[in-house]
Amino acid sequence: MAVSALGYYDDFGGRFVAETLVPALEELENAYREHVLSAAFQNEWRDMLRHYVGRPTPLYRADRLARLLDPAQKTIGELWLKREDLCHTGAHKINNALGQVLLAKKLGKKRIIAETGAGQHGVATATACAVLGLPCEVFMGSVDVLRQAPNVARMQMLGAKVIAVESGSKTLKDAMNEALRDWVTNVRTTHYCVGSAAGPHPYPMLVSELQRVIGDEVRVQFNQQSGGLPDGVVACVGGGSNAIGMFRAFVADPVALYGVEAAGEGVHSGKHAATLTAGRVGVLHGARTMVLADDDGQIVEAHSVSAGLDYPGVGPEHASLMASGRATYLSATDEEALASTERVARSEGLLIALETAHAFARLPEIAELERNKHGRPARLALCLSGRGDKDLGTLRDRLGFGKDV
Amino acid sequence: MTVERIEQRLAGLRAEGRTALVIYLTIGDPSVEDSVACALAAARAGADILELGVPFSDPTADGPVIAAAAFRAIHNGGSFRAALETAEAVRKESSIPIILFTYYNPLVAFGDERAADDALRVGADGFLVVDLPPEEGAVLRARAKRNRLAIIPLVAPTTGLDREPHLFEGASGFVYYVSVTGVTGAGAAPLSEAAERAAGIRERARLPVVIGFGIRTSADAERAASHGADGVVVGSEIVRAIAAAASREARVAAVEQLVGALRAGLDSRPR
Ligand SMILES: Cc1ncc(COP(=O)(O)O)c(C=O)c1O
Repeated sequence: MAVSALGYYDDFGGRFVAETLVPALEELENAYREHVLSAAFQNEWRDMLRHYVGRPTPLYRADRLARLLDPAQKTIGELWLKREDLCHTGAHKINNALGQVLLAKKLGKKRIIAETGAGQHGVATATACAVLGLPCEVFMGSVDVLRQAPNVARMQMLGAKVIAVESGSKTLKDAMNEALRDWVTNVRTTHYCVGSAAGPHPYPMLVSELQRVIGDEVRVQFNQQSGGLPDGVVACVGGGSNAIGMFRAFVADPVALYGVEAAGEGVHSGKHAATLTAGRVGVLHGARTMVLADDDGQIVEAHSVSAGLDYPGVGPEHASLMASGRATYLSATDEEALASTERVARSEGLLIALETAHAFARLPEIAELERNKHGRPARLALCLSGRGDKDLGTLRDRLGFGKDV
Repeated sequence: MTVERIEQRLAGLRAEGRTALVIYLTIGDPSVEDSVACALAAARAGADILELGVPFSDPTADGPVIAAAAFRAIHNGGSFRAALETAEAVRKESSIPIILFTYYNPLVAFGDERAADDALRVGADGFLVVDLPPEEGAVLRARAKRNRLAIIPLVAPTTGLDREPHLFEGASGFVYYVSVTGVTGAGAAPLSEAAERAAGIRERARLPVVIGFGIRTSADAERAASHGADGVVVGSEIVRAIAAAASREARVAAVEQLVGALRAGLDSRPR
């Protein structure tokens, strides 16, 4: 979808920031046009994606899981998994982090900051900074520091400074608040490497451009390995970067787009992160989008078992894709995500991230919808956005693994 | 009155060779009734303009003092609605210019047009929306203009001269110059530099200029005003004083004392 000059996707997006940041966002927007779209930048970045990240990532046909979910072979014809878990650092986040840190170097920035929830974007940014030679500081809610402890150690090992954020809900939203405060203070020397397709213009545009490589590859691979286009593509939605990366290549085609949000303890429980499904229009972290807020406009705390989806906002392009009806957004609960994680591990030998597990959890319903639409079993492609090693602590607590041996 | 109230106050002070003292309070910290009492106390003690701060859950432009006040205030009933109530109560007793100081999302939830209409109804004189650069908020701006309410533009140290005209277009009341690249309550604001830049802005904008962020003491206020700024804003220091006091009487006394001292400091300085 085309973005307007002021950074709008229809009614959503824009640049709602303190005046201090406006010049930096203008600079970044100019850098986007001058560099990111240039052949020289693209060559440098894609060379790293190939030799350092390990792209293109495979598109894997998961027959055992397909049969487990649909033994009668009525709804799921083919299930294809885009293996972003095989990226260096274990998630799609590295595509964006490398691109932004490369861009920051072109802008002459001396320092990189980032926010992180699951720690995957923090690890990706720390990695990009290590390999490109810039100092890195990562803001992380103190709740997430505990539940994603392995990633904290990884970031520190990579030379990044991890700053635990104690304010508010002590999760991703508050990490982003603190990163914005740092950026307001150090904006002349520092690049803020935003981790999702959210935030003020030009971040949603920039991040989606750096993540579209996912869907672009799927499109080619699907055609080679299966033929034609999938009936639908599926991704989990936190801020929405892996989903928009997956969707972008198919948005102009007759391919259904499905995003799955975190329903936490249920969308009616008051403890969820289903911003699109159950939120309202508002302004958070620089964009007009869907948010979880009360009648006074106070942002309410999100809840999800997965730190990467535990966010009360969402990228503005998703708000627009939902409003236009072009994409369909569903949600999955903590319990469903946990059950999916176990199912995928047992049937395919893949230990997936809890974020990704939300997308898997809605596959039966999505397949049913597509089967009904086409009158035959559907061919689906799902973005396996990351691996789950980081979640072993949560899996042990919630599912009991690793306790008695 | 509305925007004229702000402009007349600033013009009157300038004619007397005095510097305006703008006082910020977080509404609802520790209660809305306390905020009304403290706002009136500030007005009595010599404040020239009040900024009634709407607490927001995600105050990304604020440092720890005002952020903590916002969290307490939300818990104690602070909101845009409460700021309107405070404005209404203050207006019954005082003709001091009142600016509603807020992040944008509370206005989105309230409704842009309704916010501008209710602000007019309760006797507020303008809005300052921290995260609403001039490219955004067309509906609020149009309605505020129709209601003759000021929308105060912010200029930052990072703002280039080429962007300034865009910020001044359609502005009224005054221009708020943010003294420091940073959040509220930051120490060591470069106030002398800010004072110089503010003087330039005053000429280019053809509007009064008020300097805010990082002003705590009379000495800071004097330094900020040293190049002819029309006014200075004191925020975190007031919020801190209110938070440190243990009763409503003590809060009122603390505000009177602090505002009185700032007022005396500014008035003793030859302009
Ligand atoms: C593996 C994985 N998937 C998905 C997400 C959610 O982010 P987004 O919606 O931007 O893809 C995260 C965020 O941390 C993640 O680590």
